[in-house]
Amino acid sequence: MAKRIEASNVSSYYGSFKAIDSVSMVVEPKTITALIGPSGCGKSTFLRSINRMHEVLPNARIEGSLTIDEQNIYDPDVDVTAVRRLIGMVFQRPNPFPTMSIYENVVAGLKLNGVKKKSLLDDAAEQSLRSANLWNEVKDRLSRPGAGLSGGQQQRLCIARTIAVEPQVVLMDEPCSALDPISTLAIEDLMFKLKDRFTIIIVTHNMQQAARVSDKTGFFSIDKTGDPGRLIEYDDTQKIFSNPTEKKTEDYITGRFG
Amino acid sequence: MGDNPSGSDNATAGDLGVTGRHARGAGTGVAPGSYEEPPFGGGGALPKKTRFGMEAGFRGLSVAAGAMVLVIIVAIAVFLISKAVPALSANTENFLTYKSWFPNETEPKFGIAVLAFGTVLTSIIALLVAVPIALGIALFLSHYAPKRLATPLGFVIDLLAAVPSVVFGLWGRDVFMEPVRNFSAWLNEYFSWIPIFGGDGPFGRSVLLGSLVLAIMVLPIVTSLSREVFMQTPGMNEEAALALGATKWEMVRTAVLPYGKPGVIAAVMLGLGRALGETIALALTLGVVFNISFNIIENGGNSIAANIANSFGEANETGRGALIASGLVLFAITLVVNMAARAIIYRRREFRDSAA
Repeated sequence: MAKRIEASNVSSYYGSFKAIDSVSMVVEPKTITALIGPSGCGKSTFLRSINRMHEVLPNARIEGSLTIDEQNIYDPDVDVTAVRRLIGMVFQRPNPFPTMSIYENVVAGLKLNGVKKKSLLDDAAEQSLRSANLWNEVKDRLSRPGAGLSGGQQQRLCIARTIAVEPQVVLMDEPCSALDPISTLAIEDLMFKLKDRFTIIIVTHNMQQAARVSDKTGFFSIDKTGDPGRLIEYDDTQKIFSNPTEKKTEDYITGRFG
Repeated sequence: MGDNPSGSDNATAGDLGVTGRHARGAGTGVAPGSYEEPPFGGGGALPKKTRFGMEAGFRGLSVAAGAMVLVIIVAIAVFLISKAVPALSANTENFLTYKSWFPNETEPKFGIAVLAFGTVLTSIIALLVAVPIALGIALFLSHYAPKRLATPLGFVIDLLAAVPSVVFGLWGRDVFMEPVRNFSAWLNEYFSWIPIFGGDGPFGRSVLLGSLVLAIMVLPIVTSLSREVFMQTPGMNEEAALALGATKWEMVRTAVLPYGKPGVIAAVMLGLGRALGETIALALTLGVVFNISFNIIENGGNSIAANIANSFGEANETGRGALIASGLVLFAITLVVNMAARAIIYRRREFRDSAA
């Protein structure tokens, strides 16, 4: 049950600093959308605005509208924790809870949702770990610390933890930037598999990765440091990488940026 | 706390490894007899390692410093035991069970039971009161209060730790006793069916007063250490919890409290150590009565350290020995408490080490 995300004229601020300026895009269900662009151009800020993680930082706020299946994510009456359950997030660096075992990590979100029954938790843990292509590697050591796994396994554990709560949308903020190529490939395979069930939006610095995995690509850029980031071009991935409309996009993807 | 042993193990192991490699490198790298003297810094043979330098000097210093701890502990133990044993053998009653303290008589009679009981009771009540409040303050300072408020408030709490215990004792005796007496009378009126609040008075200089003063004294230690630990929670773990749909309190429960648990235990144990050893504040606030009673509001209560302070002046040779023996018991109690704390911390060690 993936859902559709629609952003119109979203601007995000840190205090008085405007990090992104009027971004509009529509993300269709069960697709992978890649956000690319140079560092500091607001890709991650935009991503964090989608599940309201942006406002966790002090003085952070957004303008414009973001909806999930026509429902306003930023409606003052909406429960922010419900939004985050609906729109899961995987972070740049693997961040399993250091005090928890592999099993406890996977079911952490379910426990927060009040699921207590052992059989339900066990099933969910196995399914999520299988979905995250991690089950075979960890099934014999579920009670070992999650932080004892390798970086790539930890990241898949974090993905398992995210999908265990059955979100509609999964946001990934450079999920492979701390991983080696083999682990990266494992995560990319996983994304294809998850696409059947979830809407995925991924921020990446790796253009080959964007070209490989995504259906649509959005290119963000800034004019100079201190300016807000803008969405320069948003189109089918194939078009962006073969025949972009904007000169800036072409410069960036061919490596002639700046 | 728990990290120290493994840390120093690693350091030694690494150190040996380096030296070993140097030795091997020099052995294989230098063609024997090619050079009379190895040239310094140039091509050819590797320079020989210095035999006596800063490296050896610092190692010697740190080994000496480490050894000194052992020497001091042994010296203290020898002193305590050598003074305590004659008094203990002169004792005509069972030291562990006798419930009075008359070591200065010609037939010395004294027992530790009442004092040990009072020490543990006041400390436990003090911690029961102080720890929840301290954790609340620590969490407020680390995760809820705006920065402008948290910094000065944290400073004020640290200031509380700087107040000398004799000041707390005098304040407890002259100022705080009145409200505690009224509160005790109120408790006695409505809750006298609970044994700890029973009795017919007089109230005031009671275990409750001593414990509350102790609670105020251990509050700053527990608070500031816990706050430090809570603030060290990795931001990415807090974000992970929030992104799973946790409310702020759930985030604290999922990410902050488990992460801080060993540190909090250490903080509580330090607080307990202070409470167990506290002398003058209890000597001034407790009623100094020799009996074992769970009644906490009637005048009474005593503790090992307070008893030492109160009776050392008028003690004879055997009396002093008896007091030192009681000090030995206090030492044993704190040792047990500390070991229990370590055991708790070590149990989850695997998790903490892999996290670091």
